[in-house]
Amino acid sequence: MKVLVAVKRVVDYNVKVRVKADGTGVDLANVKMSMNPFDEIGVEEAVRLKEAGKATEVIVVSIGPAQAQETLRTALAMGADRGILIKTDAEVQPLAVAKLLKAVCDAEQPGLVITGKQAIDDDSNQTGQMLAALWGRPQATFANKLFIEGDKAKVVREIDGGLQTVEIDLPAVLTTDLRLNEPRYASLPNIMKAKKKPIDEKTPESLGVDIASRLKVLKVAEPPKRVAGVKVPDVATLVQKLKTEAGVI
Amino acid sequence: MAVDQETFVQLKDAISRFVRERLVPNEDRIENEDDIPAEILREMREIGLYGLSIPEEYGGIGLSMSQEAEIVFELGQTSLAFRSAVGTNIGIGSQGIVIDGTEEQKKYWLPKLAEGMTASFALTEPEVGSDAASVKTVAVRDGDDYLITGTKRYITNAVRAGVFTVMARSEPDKKGADGISSFIVPADTPGITLGKIDKKMGQRGTKTCDVIFDKCRVPASSIIGGKPGMGFRTAMKVLDRGRLHISALSCGMAERLIRDALAYAADRKQFGAPIVSFQLVQAMLADSRTEAMAAWALVRDSARKFDAREPTSMEAACCKLFATEMVGRVADRAVQIHGGAGYMAEYKVERFYRDVRLLRIYEGTTQIQQIVIARNMLKQLQG
Repeated sequence: MKVLVAVKRVVDYNVKVRVKADGTGVDLANVKMSMNPFDEIGVEEAVRLKEAGKATEVIVVSIGPAQAQETLRTALAMGADRGILIKTDAEVQPLAVAKLLKAVCDAEQPGLVITGKQAIDDDSNQTGQMLAALWGRPQATFANKLFIEGDKAKVVREIDGGLQTVEIDLPAVLTTDLRLNEPRYASLPNIMKAKKKPIDEKTPESLGVDIASRLKVLKVAEPPKRVAGVKVPDVATLVQKLKTEAGVI
Repeated sequence: MAVDQETFVQLKDAISRFVRERLVPNEDRIENEDDIPAEILREMREIGLYGLSIPEEYGGIGLSMSQEAEIVFELGQTSLAFRSAVGTNIGIGSQGIVIDGTEEQKKYWLPKLAEGMTASFALTEPEVGSDAASVKTVAVRDGDDYLITGTKRYITNAVRAGVFTVMARSEPDKKGADGISSFIVPADTPGITLGKIDKKMGQRGTKTCDVIFDKCRVPASSIIGGKPGMGFRTAMKVLDRGRLHISALSCGMAERLIRDALAYAADRKQFGAPIVSFQLVQAMLADSRTEAMAAWALVRDSARKFDAREPTSMEAACCKLFATEMVGRVADRAVQIHGGAGYMAEYKVERFYRDVRLLRIYEGTTQIQQIVIARNMLKQLQG
C-alpha cells in the first residue's frame, strides 16, 4: 500500500508573527519557515506504517514556492521515500489544494492519504475533508490512533465529547490530531541520505487544475490585546459586574 | 570537506531544534544528577552529533571548520556537559585519526566513532599540563607490540570511552616532542584502570578522571599514522582545530548568557522601572553584545582561513584567547545584572558562570595562547 502525505511549508511555530502594516496579511520577510507540525505527525505515522510492514512506499507532496522543496527534504529525512513538489507562487486555498491532491491521488493510487487536521498558518481545517469528497473516499478526521487491518482502517478520533472509534474502508483520507504520535527528529545522517531521494516537480497547469482563489481576504488584524482582570471580594459583586460591566447576564 | 549549503541549513535547523526541545529542558536534571541520562546520550547518538567532523566517506557528516563552528555555537546554547559528551569525538579524540591516521585506521575506527563510540584523548598527566612535550607515560617496545605504562589525568569521557588516543614516549633516545607517539588504545585493553571521578567547580555531568595504564599491550600498528615519534605533531594539529571549536563554543555560550541577562533585566523592576531602562545596566549589556559579536566575527574569519588551508596557528590562538576571556566577562556581567538572584542556583547564569571558567584553561590556557601568538609574531618578524 502506498501512503501519500501532504506537507505544508508554514511559519515556524516558534516565530512571533506580525501582521503587515497595511492589513493585507502576515509579514513573511526573513521569517523562519518549517513543516506544519500536524503534517510532521502525518509523516511520522506514514513512516511507522512502513516500518511495521503495512505500507510499501511513503510519498510526500507539497504545494508552494520552490522553497517548499526544503519541507519535502525534511520529510524525506524523516523516512519518506520520494517527494512531489507542485510548484506555484500563487496563493493556494484549501479547495485548490484538495483538487491538486485529488489529481495526485488519481496518478499515484495511494491506499491512504494523510494530511494534518489543519495548518498552523491559516488554521482552515478543510483540505482533508474536501479531498475525501472530491476523491469519493471515506474520511477519518482528527486521528488519535490508527490501526490498519487488511483493507480497512480502525481510527480513534478526537471529538468534543472524548474519543470516537470508527472503521473505514481503504483507500481513505486521514487527518492527524496532536496526540497521534510524537514525530522523530530527522537525524543528521538521514538528512545527508535524503539529498539523494527523488523529488518530482509538477505545476498546477501540468495537473490540469484551476487554482484561482474563490475566497477573498478582506483584512488581517492582530487579535485584541488582553487586558488585566480584576479580583472581586464576593459573589454579589461578581453578579453585579456580570450584569453591568460585562453585560452577559 | 564541507556539506552543501542547502543541506547544511537543514542540519543546523535539526540541531538547534534538538538543543531547544531536548537538551535545554534537561539542563537542571544534568546539574542535579551530575550525569547525562543514558536515554539522552542515546538520542544524541541517533541524531548523529558524534560524527559531525568525521568525513562522509567514513560514515560521518563531514562538516568544514566554518560549519562546525556554527553547529558548536548552537551546542553552546545549553549546558556545556552535553557538548563535552560529544566534544571528544568531534575534536581531540577523533581528529588525530582523521588528520594523520593510516587508511586502515580510518576505515576501522572512524565509522565506529561517527556512530557514537566515545573517543577519549589522553595527553595530560599529573606532571604534564601546558608543557605537553614532557610526557612521562612510556611505551616500551616488546616484539611487535608496545607496553604502555603511566598515569593520565583529568581525562574527559574516560568512563564513557570505547577507545583512547594516548600520548606516550616510545623513543627513549629522543628527548622532548620527537620521542612521543600517539596510540589508539581500545578501552577494554587489559591493564587500563580508571581513577575515581573528579569533583569539579562546574560542568556537572561532564565526566573526567585519571586513567592508569599498567603494561597495557598494544600492537605497533596502533600508532596513529604508523610512524613513531610523530605523536606530538599530531596533537598540535588537533589542538589548532580544537581551539577554533572551543572559541565557537564560547561565542554560543555568550549568546545564551546575554539572552538570559537581557530577559531578566527587562523583567526585573527596581525604583519603579525595569532595570534594563537604567544606563549602567545598559552599559553592561552593550559591552557584552559588542564583545560577543567581535569574538564571533574573529572565529568565523579564522575558520574560513582554516578551510582555505591558510596557516591558522596564530589565528586559532587569538580566537581561543579572546573568545574564552570574553565569555568569562560576559558571564560575570550576566551574574551582576541578575544581582542577588545571579548568585542563586535557581538562575541558570550561576551555573554558566562556573561552567565557562574552564574554557580559559583547557586545550591550552590563556597564557599558553599568548605565548603561541607572540612566538608567531616573532617568527613573522624574523621572516
